[in-house]
Amino acid sequence: MSTNEWPLWEVFIRSKQGLNHKHVGSLRAPDATLALENARDVYTRRSEGISIWVVESAQIHATDIDEAASFFEPSDTKIYRHPTFYEVPDGVKHM
Amino acid sequence: MTQAEQEIRFQEKIDREIKIEPNDWMPDEYRQTLVRQISQHAHSEIVGMLPEGNWITRAPNLRRKAVLLAKVQDEAGHGLYLYSAVETLGTSREQTIDDLHTGKAKYSSIFNYPALTWADIGTIGWLVDGAAIMNQVALCRTSYGPYARAMVKICKEESFHQRQGYESLIKLCNGTPQQKAMAQDAMNRFWWPALMMFGPSDAESTHSDQSIKWKIKRFTNDELRQSFVDATVAQAEILGLTIPDPNLKWNEARGHYDFSEINWDEFWQVVKGNGPCNKERLAARVKAKEEGAWVRDAATAFAKKRAMKKSA
Ligand SMILES: [Fe+2]
Ligand SMILES: [Fe+2]
Repeated sequence: MSTNEWPLWEVFIRSKQGLNHKHVGSLRAPDATLALENARDVYTRRSEGISIWVVESAQIHATDIDEAASFFEPSDTKIYRHPTFYEVPDGVKHM
Repeated sequence: MTQAEQEIRFQEKIDREIKIEPNDWMPDEYRQTLVRQISQHAHSEIVGMLPEGNWITRAPNLRRKAVLLAKVQDEAGHGLYLYSAVETLGTSREQTIDDLHTGKAKYSSIFNYPALTWADIGTIGWLVDGAAIMNQVALCRTSYGPYARAMVKICKEESFHQRQGYESLIKLCNGTPQQKAMAQDAMNRFWWPALMMFGPSDAESTHSDQSIKWKIKRFTNDELRQSFVDATVAQAEILGLTIPDPNLKWNEARGHYDFSEINWDEFWQVVKGNGPCNKERLAARVKAKEEGAWVRDAATAFAKKRAMKKSA
């Protein structure tokens, strides 16, 4: 039996209270418990985190890189979603 | 899009400093170069644990022991970051490791030299990690995203490695004449192998040009080696150690130190497997994998059992 059978896990760490969990890397482990322990040993040796998430990489669904242009096109064309699109007279304050 | 068009688009991205990510299109040769370079780098982190690990139980005091243990543990982490980065290129982790064990993949030849005395441990931290840092800092801006991110993390952790080594040498160099002599002896043995860590000279380096064009490498072997020499001379002076090179001297015109030609015969001998410790190092890695098999099996079996209980 080999580690080939161990799934790949993506590791997310919250560095401090009030911040998002952020992707830091990946590792292989037989189950979630060991994935969390390994993630602690590998990614938080210098107090980098107060909370860890591990997610099996196979469970992550991602956008297709080849379709990125058309997939994100609807937002690229709507520049009126940005405040800078609108003109206000010079004298207007607090806006 | 044709292959040629894709290649042009790829190079344009590189030129515009846009990082390449795992699912992006890339030329086969770019992928192969990365697999070779990153796995070689990963193996170096792991094999590099052996000469130092050998001294953990013989560290002169508890402080040095805790520090060395922490450093060696870091190197294991570095190996993992890099094995993960190789895996994003579509290779299997197991295969990558087996390629080391069968001798197909290489690792830094510096680790085929033995660590004979305690002074070697300080010297390894100072010179070997120092040379590695020179290389790794440059790689933080490499064009492949996962490799660059691994490098950033590694560099953050590396600087303590070099400093602890230097600190340990400061103690030895200010100790008894025997301790000072031990430090000088370590310097004599590690100086040239440390310079060899940057690889063959630019004239001899087969992959250099393309790697620079693809921004896998940002500086050539000789440029990095020169930076290392320039940075290290003053550090040796503060220790009161002599660099074992009669031709080492400041060249005002170049703005760099001149130094002797490296013994490339020795370099290629070690690369080809004939260094003092090549066989021992590989044997230790193979043994570790074989003797650890039952732990991995047990963990797998336990995970299965727990999953079954959950679903029952
Ligand atoms: Fe390292
Ligand atoms: Fe290191």
